[in-house]
Amino acid sequence: MSLRAAVVDRADALACDLDLNHVKEWLAEVPGRKAAGYLPVYAPRELIAAVGMLPVGVHGGGDRLEIIKGDACYQSYICHLPRSVVELLLAGRLDCLSAVLFPSTCDVIRNLSGIWKLQKPGTYVRYLDLPQVLDPSIGVPFWTMEMEHVLGELAELAGCEDPKGGLRQAIADYNAVRERLQVLYAHRRDRPWDIPTAELYLLMRALESLPAQTWMDLSADYLSAIEQEPGRPRDNCRVVLTGAFCEQPPLGLLKTIERAGCYIVDDDLLQGNRMLQGPVSTDGDPVQALAEAFIYTSVKNSVIYEDDPDGKRNLMKTRVEAARADGIVFAAPSFCDPALLDRPMLRAGAEAAGIPCIAFKYAENTGQFQPFREQAGTFSDSIKLWGAG
Amino acid sequence: MSQLEMKKDQSMVLQKQMIASHFERLEQAPETKEPVVYTFVPGNLTELIRSFGCLPVLPEINALQSGMRGKSRAYIREAERHGHSEDVCTYVKCDVGMMKSGNIGPTGTRLPKPDLLLLSYTGCYTFMKWFELLREEYDCPTVFLHVPYQGDGVLEPQHRAYVIKQLKEKLIPMLEQISGKEFDEEALAQRLAWSSQAEDDLVAVLEAAKNSPSPIDSYFGGVYYVGPIFSAFRGTAEGAEYYKLLRAEVEARVAAGQGPETPSGRLDEQRFRLVVEGPPNWTHFREFWKMFSDEGACVVASTYTKVGGTYERGFRHDPKDPLGTLADYCGGCYTNLNLPDRVQMLCDYVTEYAADGFLINSVKSCNSFSAGQLVILQEVEKRTGIPGGFIETDLVDPRYFSPANIKNRLESYFQMLAARKAVA
Amino acid sequence: MDCFIGIDLGSTTTKAVMLDSHGEVLGRGITNSRSDYDRAAEVAKTEAIITARFNLLRREVEKVAGTELLEQLLEAFRLEQLLVQLGRLEELIHDEIGGGVSPDLQGAAREGVEHIFRKIRHEEDARFNANDRRRRSDFFRDIVGSAYFRLAEEIGNEGGASFDLLLSLYDKCIILVENEPLELGFHQHIDPALARIGEPPAARKGVQEAASIPLNVQSSVGTGYGRVRLPFPKENIRSEILCHGLGAHMMFPGTRSVLDIGGQDTKAIQIDASGIVTRFQMNDRCAAGCGRYLGYIADEMNIGLHELGPMASKSTRPVRINSTCTVFAGAELRERLSLGEAREDILAGLHRAVILRAMSLLARTGGVDDEFTFTGGVARNEAAVSALRQLIEENYGQRTLNISPSSIYTGALGGAVFALRGAA
Repeated sequence: MSLRAAVVDRADALACDLDLNHVKEWLAEVPGRKAAGYLPVYAPRELIAAVGMLPVGVHGGGDRLEIIKGDACYQSYICHLPRSVVELLLAGRLDCLSAVLFPSTCDVIRNLSGIWKLQKPGTYVRYLDLPQVLDPSIGVPFWTMEMEHVLGELAELAGCEDPKGGLRQAIADYNAVRERLQVLYAHRRDRPWDIPTAELYLLMRALESLPAQTWMDLSADYLSAIEQEPGRPRDNCRVVLTGAFCEQPPLGLLKTIERAGCYIVDDDLLQGNRMLQGPVSTDGDPVQALAEAFIYTSVKNSVIYEDDPDGKRNLMKTRVEAARADGIVFAAPSFCDPALLDRPMLRAGAEAAGIPCIAFKYAENTGQFQPFREQAGTFSDSIKLWGAG
Repeated sequence: MSQLEMKKDQSMVLQKQMIASHFERLEQAPETKEPVVYTFVPGNLTELIRSFGCLPVLPEINALQSGMRGKSRAYIREAERHGHSEDVCTYVKCDVGMMKSGNIGPTGTRLPKPDLLLLSYTGCYTFMKWFELLREEYDCPTVFLHVPYQGDGVLEPQHRAYVIKQLKEKLIPMLEQISGKEFDEEALAQRLAWSSQAEDDLVAVLEAAKNSPSPIDSYFGGVYYVGPIFSAFRGTAEGAEYYKLLRAEVEARVAAGQGPETPSGRLDEQRFRLVVEGPPNWTHFREFWKMFSDEGACVVASTYTKVGGTYERGFRHDPKDPLGTLADYCGGCYTNLNLPDRVQMLCDYVTEYAADGFLINSVKSCNSFSAGQLVILQEVEKRTGIPGGFIETDLVDPRYFSPANIKNRLESYFQMLAARKAVA
Repeated sequence: MDCFIGIDLGSTTTKAVMLDSHGEVLGRGITNSRSDYDRAAEVAKTEAIITARFNLLRREVEKVAGTELLEQLLEAFRLEQLLVQLGRLEELIHDEIGGGVSPDLQGAAREGVEHIFRKIRHEEDARFNANDRRRRSDFFRDIVGSAYFRLAEEIGNEGGASFDLLLSLYDKCIILVENEPLELGFHQHIDPALARIGEPPAARKGVQEAASIPLNVQSSVGTGYGRVRLPFPKENIRSEILCHGLGAHMMFPGTRSVLDIGGQDTKAIQIDASGIVTRFQMNDRCAAGCGRYLGYIADEMNIGLHELGPMASKSTRPVRINSTCTVFAGAELRERLSLGEAREDILAGLHRAVILRAMSLLARTGGVDDEFTFTGGVARNEAAVSALRQLIEENYGQRTLNISPSSIYTGALGGAVFALRGAA
């Protein structure tokens, strides 16, 4: 097996591990270890790592899970992610998580925190209001205070005596991760034929349940693999994929888009991993440093209030230019409030800038790709025929 | 629709006049130079807004009024033509459609442009996008008042302080700027006193439903009762007057052993006492109500009438702590409560109001309400031993109101309750 | 003899059940609901009365003449009924040829139609004489339709009147026949039926005695989708939830959970030891996963609905299907086929997906703790039953799963019991 295949297989196995067996193995290695989950889009997992717990992204069951109890808890007009999360939760498959953080992504994720409280009274459940007011005089103290609170409670849960010291280390570890992600994303932007998005996605997915250092090794292997086995360029157009920051599309959808002739050169898949753009300062109070990093360097995302009226209008143009893309694929999960309420504003801005767009909806368990293949294929052809001029 | 006409109480007539004159005043605002503030019902800061001489406009109220007046279908279609998804909240689409169709308000008067968009972020994610969308159309400042969610069942002290800080450092300076007036804490305190008075009366009205027969319908009638206090009239003398009149009316019915007026006439014979969770449907409001009143079902408590404040739990606006009380108010609105708290509230209602059943009206538009309602249903059933009913409609999208379907479910539910009663 | 009738007006079929005063089933009738609910209810009721007469007859005749004679008489009776309807259908088609077919085609059309009807009569006679008791549809439209189409195709191929012309004549007239009040009762046809089997004296005597027992309908209760259309007082209308619960209880007294999957909706019901409904849930606004979904799939595959189950049962490796959206049923199927999946494996996956939806509904009502009964059209589909059996076991452990061969009458039976209890 090639190195690339080995890395991808490992990452795929982690993504498919709905019983979190690899988390349980990590827990069993050292008695007393604990793991904490977090829901999309962004939770400061440095806080979890700081107290010695393993941060685990909770992303539901994708297209690999039959849903019964999840559908018993949600009406047909609610997105799919919480159904599969509840299915796993009620089957006891997430019981190895001693704590779960629910960032303020939307009302569905928010209310899921209440369901968790009702169903698993023994678990530490914390709803985490992200700082919606990015004015530093309001946002920094608020977010510092929130994180202080959570860090204190997690430290107590984990029996950690020096959470701040742990946090300094965690920040350093995840700074390295952030840097590596930037390298990977830049490489895909420049040579998308080397890094198929489905592979990059799996690699990021692995980051959501491996300790930072382990992931650094895995991603280093991947980087050497693409040096050893570079891909061959194809006559594809280049697109930004946006709207898929919370409920994740099935791998088949990502593959379908690229096989239909659209290289994805920027995306917001698992965006929590890349929410903070710059390195977090390792000087001074680590909690405040993390708060400032959010206020000053976080990427624009639909779950955070946009203070600047021009921000929405210009966002897609900026991203398309930075990625040297030809067009935009708006791919949102069905019934996703953040993505779908933002779409008209983002699309209007993109179209005003003359950027071609297509839009569709998916669910994490979508099984039919033919409509996407046709749309993406036509989009790619039309860009190649008319767009270059 | 003539069979859906119903006898109007005096308070209802008064309320209609109050609303009409408020919209007239709004229409004249560009001439009178009264500044206009758009804001939302949950966590609305009407006393503060009015203490600066500003007038509030509440887009959800406009949307629901458009729904009741048969205008929402066209507005929603208009918004969807502009790229809004069929999946999202129809209040937003109704409002956007209204704006794109000339911004003529539900009573037929033109709505003034806002001088300020005050985004009180209290338990509804959609509010944020709503004002981002409105801002595209208006060239005016927006203030985001971030009210943390009661994830752990209380407004944590640090969160309360955070809200006060935003009021002091962000909102009040902005209100001073648009109104040209200085913040007057005494004027605010006076308004808070009116609020508190009206809140006392409102609680007496809602709690009168503990009588049998209940003198009010706490859901269909309840939305009228909370109308003034949820919208522009909290913290006004006329608002306080309205609640005094309403309370007297309700107390007179209690004394006479009378039920409320409904589309099926006065409901003295109440076969079922219900607790209802979730907002009503507005496009078929009377028809929906009649499905209950025809069966002799009277709603004795509802959660929707708490989105603008949970007064029956003891909260009152406190003139002695003007900004702190506003923070408490915002934090405690029903939409800002966590799921376990909502479950407890429903269970309390079932017991305190001696209900025979509880029913969830799940609206497609509102994830804040709806996501998790089936878990609430199961949990309340488990704790109270009373079976819950579940129906689905929407706020203002008439396409989501299927009368035959809803009637079928309601009838089945009432017959099940009757069979249980017969056995007991 | 006092009797009690329950009528279940479903969206696809209408059923009637007749009880005696001891609660014993006297007769059952079923017909397709067609466009005219009143007519459907009348036909089903007539059928129930006929089977009641035969049941009475059975008591009289079996003693002296054995079951075979009775079966023969019943077959003869059915044939007489069929011939009356057939005669009327032919008359109407001839009228239609005279009024609606261009003169140059009339000759061939008449010739073709005469040929078809002659052949059908001949085939029916032959079937009777050969004692062919193979099960076939209960509905005139199905029995005659399949023969008519086959014969029309033969004629078309041989250069006579075109298949399309003959088909359109049939389509037009079958609806007329179904909606006409025809005399199909016991008294009208029993004499010719007796004559057809040679007037055996034992049967003749039994018939006289059975026919002389007066059947006095004391009370009728209506239920089902179209129940409001029945000319019954309000207290004689019951929701299908209550009737299904009680009906299932009558069939299997140990039942505590009932699942009904019909064409348009799915119901999960929990009942107590006396058949009273304690909780229920119906499918939400989205009808994905109801019986109709399988109908679309059958249409898409160009096979009969009854063929789906047997085909799916041949699967060895079911495909996972994640969506039961009716709108996308065809697309899903085509994509799977284009990927090279076997038809039976796709079908098995589809059946499992339908049952998964129903499992969620059951979970909403509290799951399956005890004996369980499956009813509705989909309960006749072996692949659906086996998927259900498997999923129940996976989720709740070993449970007794009841399926009655007459499960389609569950709602009507419940209605009849309500009629009996109401009259008591």
